[in-house]
Amino acid sequence: MHLSRFSSALLAAAAVVALMSSQPAAAADQKVLKITAIVEHPALDACRKGTLDELADEGFVEGKNLSVEFQSAQGDVGTAGQIAKKFVGDNPDVIVAIATPSAQAAVAAAHGTIPIVFSAVSDPMGAKLVSDMNKPGANVTGVTDRLPLEKHIAMMKPVVPGLKTLGVLYNPGEANSVSEVNRLKLLAKDQGITVIEGPAPDSNSVLGAARSLVGKVQAIYTPTDNTVVSALEAVVKVGIDAKLPVFAGDTGSVPRGAIAAVGFNYYDVGRQTGKIVGAILKGQKAGDIAVQGVDKTELSVNPGSAAKMGITLPEALVQSAKEVVK
Amino acid sequence: MSSIAFFGAIESGLMFGLVALGVYISFRVLEFPDLTVDGSLPLGAAVASTLIVHGWNPYLATLIAMFAGAAAGFVTAWLNVRLKILNLLASILTMIALYSVNLRVMGRPNQALLNTDTIFTSLDGLQLPYYFSSLLVYALVAIGVMLLLNWFLGSQVGLAMRATGANARMARAQGINTDRMILLGMAISNSLVALAGALFAQSQGGADVSMGLGVIVVGLAAVILGEAIMPTRIIWMATIACLLGSILYRLVVAVALNASFIGLQAQDLKLITAVLVAVAMTLPTMRSKFALRKMGGKA
Repeated sequence: MHLSRFSSALLAAAAVVALMSSQPAAAADQKVLKITAIVEHPALDACRKGTLDELADEGFVEGKNLSVEFQSAQGDVGTAGQIAKKFVGDNPDVIVAIATPSAQAAVAAAHGTIPIVFSAVSDPMGAKLVSDMNKPGANVTGVTDRLPLEKHIAMMKPVVPGLKTLGVLYNPGEANSVSEVNRLKLLAKDQGITVIEGPAPDSNSVLGAARSLVGKVQAIYTPTDNTVVSALEAVVKVGIDAKLPVFAGDTGSVPRGAIAAVGFNYYDVGRQTGKIVGAILKGQKAGDIAVQGVDKTELSVNPGSAAKMGITLPEALVQSAKEVVK
Repeated sequence: MSSIAFFGAIESGLMFGLVALGVYISFRVLEFPDLTVDGSLPLGAAVASTLIVHGWNPYLATLIAMFAGAAAGFVTAWLNVRLKILNLLASILTMIALYSVNLRVMGRPNQALLNTDTIFTSLDGLQLPYYFSSLLVYALVAIGVMLLLNWFLGSQVGLAMRATGANARMARAQGINTDRMILLGMAISNSLVALAGALFAQSQGGADVSMGLGVIVVGLAAVILGEAIMPTRIIWMATIACLLGSILYRLVVAVALNASFIGLQAQDLKLITAVLVAVAMTLPTMRSKFALRKMGGKA
């Protein structure tokens, strides 16, 4: 009995401590921003830094007229839910949620009461964060880190004049790749380009998949597919042997032999997120702001590899590249 | 702390309380160190959310998720009692396999449930504050499961299961089929964990393949914390201790989330949680030591 009475006292004490240890309220003229991420890793941290830097440029300086609290769930989805509920209870002006699980937890906890700006979510529609990319309607908008496929097609067209058939190498088991390839097919169709798939379920079958495209396509493209990227050298080899230009979805593949790629970094994803947050702090409604893809992209080219594949990169393209691999 | 954060902590506590009850059956009743839960929690979430997205009734989907969890626990037990694989390894194997199974079930790494009818939305008609209605569902389920478990562990089969964990040779000598008890107990244990996952997915907006990470640690911490704060020699007290331990753990996390005023930062969260749990666990023993000293060591 002794112990059980003690334990109930302990629980009560914990509850009291919990209730009383609320944070000092922000000053009246301060805007309150809460940021949550599912886990700390370089890309997501860069995204958060970009957000705060952009807000500072817009006149919302952390510590001056903006109070910022950051919480990471440290990989624990249960904690992500608790962070979301804590943030909603604190009633901030905006919640920024980085990566899909944190964004879902925030949207579920907010019940439409607090504006939520998600960031680094690859498929906001599939994650049911928004039902319409252009007019989200509810209190949710944000930045998606899906591939800038429009720019990828625009990059390939001048290099391969009269591009009509494009081969795509990817692993049908990777969810992100499947959705990107489906999107690419729709976009390519509008531009009169037929997409031919080369499915590679594991890295050993990448070479075979690349060879299967020879003779059927004018160029090979790989999205940011983990399987294909890990065996990119095999694709480059086929490109050189068959004189087929190989394009990539990430700039990291260019030094490895892809002739060109349009990529982006997560700091810029964060800056775009900050711009949306700034607009909301200035009075715009989250539901009126369209979900954005990444605006600021970087072009990398590899003229040496292009020569081996029998292609001369247009001078204008090389000039506009941020990085030229020698 | 706001009331939303406070009720949210109780809610998570009750959710992980279901996990703690499952872990109590495997670790304490059966003495079976079971890591399957890291896979069966997302399995429950995956099955429930996938079925709900395909238009199934949320209650039925949750029930099927429990059966899926039971199947996972059964596989672990079967690997152990039939194939004679060491219990810990058997559970690790099932846990690893479930990662692929969960991806298969969902067809992708994340299955969203936002703006979908769930068990929780069926309470919307009651006009309660939203952070209270989901708490109500968790409380009803957790207490209901706890009462059922109390009844079960006091029944003939339940007593046989407890005997299996306490002394397997003795139990066999009394004519108890201990293999069958392990199979049954592990199935029940993991069905409770899957139930937690199914409810969690519905209240938190979706299932994610990574959501099982470290569930066993939290579940075990809740069981041990519960044992530290109250006596657990009687079954019904032990099951209450599971729920209370879990709630206390989540309150500790909530306090840790509010600890920024003393200069602590986001990355310190797990450290603060661990320190607070350690403090909570040592307080009762400190207290009883003082009590003994006061009574001149006569107690």
